[in-house]
Amino acid sequence: MRAARVIGNITGGIEEVLLYVGGLTDLTRQTIRQAFRRPFEMRLLLVQFDVIGVQSLSIVGITALFIGMVLALQTAYSLADFGGKLFIGKVVSLSLVRELAPVLMSLMVGGRVGAGMTAEIGTMKVTEQIDALRALATSPIRKLVVPKVVATTLMLPLLTILASFLGIIGGLLIAVFNLNLSMNFYMRSVITTLKYNDIASGVGKTFFFGFAIAMIACFNGLRTSGGADGVGRATTATVVTASISVLIMDFFLTKLFLMVL
Amino acid sequence: MTTAPNIDRRATARETPDRRLEPRDVIVEFRDVQKAYGRKKVLRGASFSLFRGEVLVILGGSGTGKSVTLRHMLGLEAPDEGRVIVAGEDITDLEESELFRVRKKFGMLFQSGGLFDSMSVYENIAFPLREHTTMEEEEIASMVREKLEMVNLPGTERLMPVDLSGGMRKRVGLARAIVLNPEVVLYDEPTTGLDPITADTINQMMIGLQTKLSITSVVVTHDIHSAFTVGDRIAFLNNGIFEWIGTMDEARRSDHAILREFLVTSAVASAQP
Repeated sequence: MRAARVIGNITGGIEEVLLYVGGLTDLTRQTIRQAFRRPFEMRLLLVQFDVIGVQSLSIVGITALFIGMVLALQTAYSLADFGGKLFIGKVVSLSLVRELAPVLMSLMVGGRVGAGMTAEIGTMKVTEQIDALRALATSPIRKLVVPKVVATTLMLPLLTILASFLGIIGGLLIAVFNLNLSMNFYMRSVITTLKYNDIASGVGKTFFFGFAIAMIACFNGLRTSGGADGVGRATTATVVTASISVLIMDFFLTKLFLMVL
Repeated sequence: MTTAPNIDRRATARETPDRRLEPRDVIVEFRDVQKAYGRKKVLRGASFSLFRGEVLVILGGSGTGKSVTLRHMLGLEAPDEGRVIVAGEDITDLEESELFRVRKKFGMLFQSGGLFDSMSVYENIAFPLREHTTMEEEEIASMVREKLEMVNLPGTERLMPVDLSGGMRKRVGLARAIVLNPEVVLYDEPTTGLDPITADTINQMMIGLQTKLSITSVVVTHDIHSAFTVGDRIAFLNNGIFEWIGTMDEARRSDHAILREFLVTSAVASAQP
């Protein structure tokens, strides 16, 4: 009896996951199709550029600056026995550009922007606004999903480039004011370390992260049910699912870019 | 293709000719429509015909599938079994993009109004015009003004939905629903949650629109007073099927046990028969 219940729970769980993945794939297919269909919603896209890009500048700036500073401090401390101070520029720039800036910015922006998207679309769903759009012969995917997905996919790489730059500046502040290195030495170390493929790998990943975060957020919003409580649950689900997806995708994309670049 | 079950044919046969309902041109037809959500079967073989120019009231208790029926008419939901025919076209298997063409025939007033929170009253009503017409802004403004006057809300263009009362939201929702001059207007619980005076205003507005625009209307409600005020015919939904369909006079005289009980237990209805 107990075994049957456990098996029932497992198969039920698997079915739920498969339905989720199926629904997400279907929405992704429709979104890509709608994204290339006229008329383009340029005004809505510009609004999303502002919401996702411009309004994320402060969170990205503060996070990146302090991550760079902490990274410099930790590197100097942990590699002290090996003359770690000399490697600060190398470690800070490589870690930031290849890994920390793309992943942390995706997690931060994913949390802020993804939760916002799910809450917005989810509220529209439970207050019949999505149905109203459909009843007015308008596609919610074209009006709501496409601008958000396109804007996140394009904005996240830009935010990551900015975060990498600010992180390196953060490292520079510690290197110069705390560890008494010269600015020249630190910057030369950064410039000679970073190669084209480091930047391509780091920034390249964020196109995929941005796309995935926005798709998950919009999908969770569109499947919201059950009033304000449902919106809360959907928003939490977005932050968790988007974060886990970013971390898992990061591993596979890193492997892929290591092979390709 | 499945055929309508006996219950509907009996119900239709029971209808008496009504001057207002002629000619009997069917605009929407449900043929044995079934719909389940998970394990819960909501529609179990619903069949009825909506005639051009009439006001059909879909009556029934909570959770009997009244709103689901409306959603099927627009193609917002697809039936598990059965067919939905709109203006002679079977819309059951149409893709979402193909359904847009069908939906332009309809205007729908949602239970909560369904207004877009981020847009003003003006933008809400202008939305369908901007989406589906090539009207200049001046024409749109004049059309919005005209529709707002029809629902007795002149001068409210700049207000946001959050500034409106429940009754006002429904009236703006109604203005938006009729702005493209649809053939059929669907009302989902138009008077629910409103005080009796506001509810009566909405009822009068529905009758006024019916007269002015000569449209076909479907009103989903469990408000008996509203049903008898605006309706030409009643379709009584119980256990996922239309157990009884007939004119208002027939409904008053009906000996259908559950419909009778439904009407009698309503304080207003008890005064009607």
